[in-house]
Amino acid sequence: MNFSEVFKQSNQLCKVSPDGKYLATCVQYRLVVRDVSTLQILQLYTCLDQISHMDWASDSLFILCAMYKRGLVQVWSLEQPDWHCKIDEGSIGLLSSRWSPDGRHVLNTTEFHLRITVWSLCTKAVSYIKYPKACQKGIDFSRDGCYMALAERRDCKDYVSVFVCDDWHLLRHFETETQDLAGLEWSPNGCVLAVWDSCLEYKVLLYSLDGRLLSTYSAYEWSLGIKSVTWCPSSQFLAIGSYDEKVRILNHITWKKVTQFEHPATINNTKAVVYKEVERRPAVGSDDLSLHNITIGTTLFNTQSKYEICPLPVQLPVVKPDPDRANPKIGVSTLAFSSDSRYLATKNDNMASVVWVWDMQKMSLEAVLEQTSAVRCFQWDPQRPRLALCTGNTKLYLWSPAGCVSVQVPTEGGFQVQSLNWHCSGDSLILLGKEQLCLCYMDTDQEDK
Amino acid sequence: MGEWWTTVPIGTSMGNYDISSISHVTMSPLRQNNLVSMYSSLPLSKSSYNVISAFCTEDNIPQCISYMNQELASLGLSSTCIEASSPGGAGLSTVPALNAMYELLQIHRRNMGTLEELEKEQLKKSSSMEHMQMNNSRLKDQLELSIREKSGLHETERQLQLKIKTLQSCLKTEKEEVQKLQSIISSRASQYSHDAKRKERETAKLKERLGQLLVDRKDKKLAIDVLNCLGRSDGKRSHWKTAKATASHEGEMYKSLLSDYEASQRALMLENAELKKVLQQMKKEMMHILSPRQLSTRGATADDSQDQADSDGEEKAGNSSRETLDQSCEHAREQLTNSIRQQWRKLRNHMEKLDSQASQVQNQLESNKEVIPRETHEDEMERMRHEVQQCKEFIHAQQQLLQQQLNTSFDDETAALLNDCYTLEEKERLKEEWRLFEEQKRNFERERKNFTEAAIRLGREKKAFQEDRASWLKNQFLNMTPFTDRRRCSSSDGQSALSIRSEPEMRISSTNAQLAKSSTYATFSTPKPTQSAAVPSTTELYRTLRLIPDGSSSRHSNRGCWQESSTIEDADTRFKSRSRVRCGDLSIFSLDKKPYTHRECRALILWP
Repeated sequence: MNFSEVFKQSNQLCKVSPDGKYLATCVQYRLVVRDVSTLQILQLYTCLDQISHMDWASDSLFILCAMYKRGLVQVWSLEQPDWHCKIDEGSIGLLSSRWSPDGRHVLNTTEFHLRITVWSLCTKAVSYIKYPKACQKGIDFSRDGCYMALAERRDCKDYVSVFVCDDWHLLRHFETETQDLAGLEWSPNGCVLAVWDSCLEYKVLLYSLDGRLLSTYSAYEWSLGIKSVTWCPSSQFLAIGSYDEKVRILNHITWKKVTQFEHPATINNTKAVVYKEVERRPAVGSDDLSLHNITIGTTLFNTQSKYEICPLPVQLPVVKPDPDRANPKIGVSTLAFSSDSRYLATKNDNMASVVWVWDMQKMSLEAVLEQTSAVRCFQWDPQRPRLALCTGNTKLYLWSPAGCVSVQVPTEGGFQVQSLNWHCSGDSLILLGKEQLCLCYMDTDQEDK
Repeated sequence: MGEWWTTVPIGTSMGNYDISSISHVTMSPLRQNNLVSMYSSLPLSKSSYNVISAFCTEDNIPQCISYMNQELASLGLSSTCIEASSPGGAGLSTVPALNAMYELLQIHRRNMGTLEELEKEQLKKSSSMEHMQMNNSRLKDQLELSIREKSGLHETERQLQLKIKTLQSCLKTEKEEVQKLQSIISSRASQYSHDAKRKERETAKLKERLGQLLVDRKDKKLAIDVLNCLGRSDGKRSHWKTAKATASHEGEMYKSLLSDYEASQRALMLENAELKKVLQQMKKEMMHILSPRQLSTRGATADDSQDQADSDGEEKAGNSSRETLDQSCEHAREQLTNSIRQQWRKLRNHMEKLDSQASQVQNQLESNKEVIPRETHEDEMERMRHEVQQCKEFIHAQQQLLQQQLNTSFDDETAALLNDCYTLEEKERLKEEWRLFEEQKRNFERERKNFTEAAIRLGREKKAFQEDRASWLKNQFLNMTPFTDRRRCSSSDGQSALSIRSEPEMRISSTNAQLAKSSTYATFSTPKPTQSAAVPSTTELYRTLRLIPDGSSSRHSNRGCWQESSTIEDADTRFKSRSRVRCGDLSIFSLDKKPYTHRECRALILWP
């Protein structure tokens, strides 16, 4: 495993192009595009203000930079550095900006969710979509880029509009049976739209592309409901994480519950492997604390850590949430399927330092990773069943069915990994610190062994 | 009985009053007497006699007699009548009186016996009564206790009921509360949702207004600034929004839906086919399992034969369904499922039958086990005993054979071998001893040689001394005479000095050799002086020893020798003057040898 040198970055804005060739990073108001393989700067663009959002177009030819405070969006072309485009939303304000799947339209959500403005870069045409709903995930494009589902709110009722992304033709418009729609997501094959209610009511609705209600699922009533919803890449399963610390898996034929994964504080399942991160502080003698050593780097003060396999049963650290507070820190908030749909990684918010990995073939717990600190982010390798996670310290953690490893990021100045992103080839990882970034190259040969 | 007994005398006494005119005074003692007789019989006779003496006087004898007669008659003793011996006389005719008396005594005794019995009875009764009373009181206590208990239980029951009542009321109130709360919640929820809706409408209106305002203001800033327009990502030109386009969109959508459904259907078909295959296989295997049994039990029962017919039919159906598997039409499916079901039913029946058979067989076995034992068991026992006997015999024979073998082999071979061993060992030991002996012998030889040498030397010295003395005497003699002075000096220098000088060197070498040996042959060397004493005379030896003194050796062990010399001192005062010089050598011996060598030395010293 190799690590690149450290680059500057701000707002954790750093993305690899969809084709995997370029790496775009934002430093204050500058946009830097590098070649991923050589890390040489290819292009440098200067925006009008500090960049608050950046995104690649699907064809990797354009980059969008949004400056929400100024209500501005600037688009840059990689092929023609001279080409420029500036979209000003004016006094109405800008809340979020994104590419359409074809990479020729920019969708801007204005402040107060007043409307969504669709700017065409081909024709300079502008069109508005009224009544977008302000919610957890109110807009989703199907994976093939053909359709866009948008949650709307009119007359205190929830609606879903399905647009054809090609020419923004409204294909379907239907009312949903929700009290307060919280999010929607297309299945990976683009034929089923999952719609879920806000946490006050446990309700998942499944709509066909043509707006027919396929099924409704509700696990329980009264107590707080759904916290997260994720489709399995094969569209076979729909995983629903909820406030009762369980994940329920629905199948794609009957839309009934196949199984449910609980997150108990004590693990008795003998089939699961519990990896516990053990920290070990290097013993520093008093004579080592000379000025010389301090100046050498903070690596001296970094703790080393490794994983140990705990004998069962294992008691996991649990934080009891304050019941008087809104949005209690309890329940399954993060769900992620591996690219081959074989594994599901989950995180229960009241056990913030634990990541659970479930086997979707055996429908059982596969592994539990107990970290020393709260898990910030985890992501599956897009090619292999390999999970990378970080906890905001100087280490990178990797899990694969073969085992678990903790790697110290060998950079000076205390590089703390806040977030990470896989390169689409799965050969490298982009580690994001507070102000820096660093590339981690996986040893492919070792992986083959 | 007691009552009767008490009333009778009273009755008689009452009768007495009526019949006789005996004074009240005379009656009273009788009564008294009666009362007294209840308690004691012995003093009664005395007192009664005294009283009776007062009862009859000289004067009233006839009256007395008549009274007595009356009394006797009343007692039923009318046969004997006391008569006066002579009318008007004082004497009584003795026989009737005695008879009457005897009768009375008899009656009295009988009465006493019954009295005693009755007393006993009375005692028994009273004790039993006491027992009864006690029992009674105890039972009463128990009753009281149980009553108390009962009341307590009643009390608790009442309390519990009260509690239940309160709890029920509590429950009711709680239920009411819950209902109230629920209604409150629902009302609040409705209120909240209403408010939320109102707010939402307001915000919607606001948004509308805001949008309108923004549109009305003709916001100049709202703009897109593109250097030059881009082509579409797919390279096509954009279309007009027409009905045709919308229709095509619909078509596209349905197409994708259709393809998705087709894909899912295909997947399901595949799955279905797999399942069907599994079913087919199951069926085949079932039939395979079932067929041999049916062949074996063919025509055993009507039921079985019918089954057989059914299965034949099904077999055909199964075959046909197998053929139509690919068609997957409803008819084939029905056939397949039906046949499977029937097969399954048959299999189940078969299994049940087998189960029942197995249980029957087991039962039979068990029952057989219960019936059989007597004969078979005994037979078996007999057989086993026989076997055991055989085995025992066999073992015995083996043992005998083994012993024989052992005996024979021991006689000629092992014995020799053992003997050989023993002799070898013995030889070894003897050899060792021989070696030791040899060594000892050599030591002795060496010592003996030393001593002979010493003796020879002594002899020589003696000779020299004699010569010296002779010369000295000659000198003395010559000194007396004139002109002998010069000759004397020359002779003393010549011979004696030479001999003395040669001696110490030899001595030192010998003692050194002895010292080196002494540590190893301490035991052998100890008896050396006594043995060697016989060879040369000790006086001679010591005379030679006296010559040993050497400056260096004596100085080395000066310290140690002082103590030893002190022990020697008191024993041998004669050598005191010279011992200081001599004991240097002695101490060398004593330091290495055991302490008793001092004594030996002393003995040696004392020898002369």
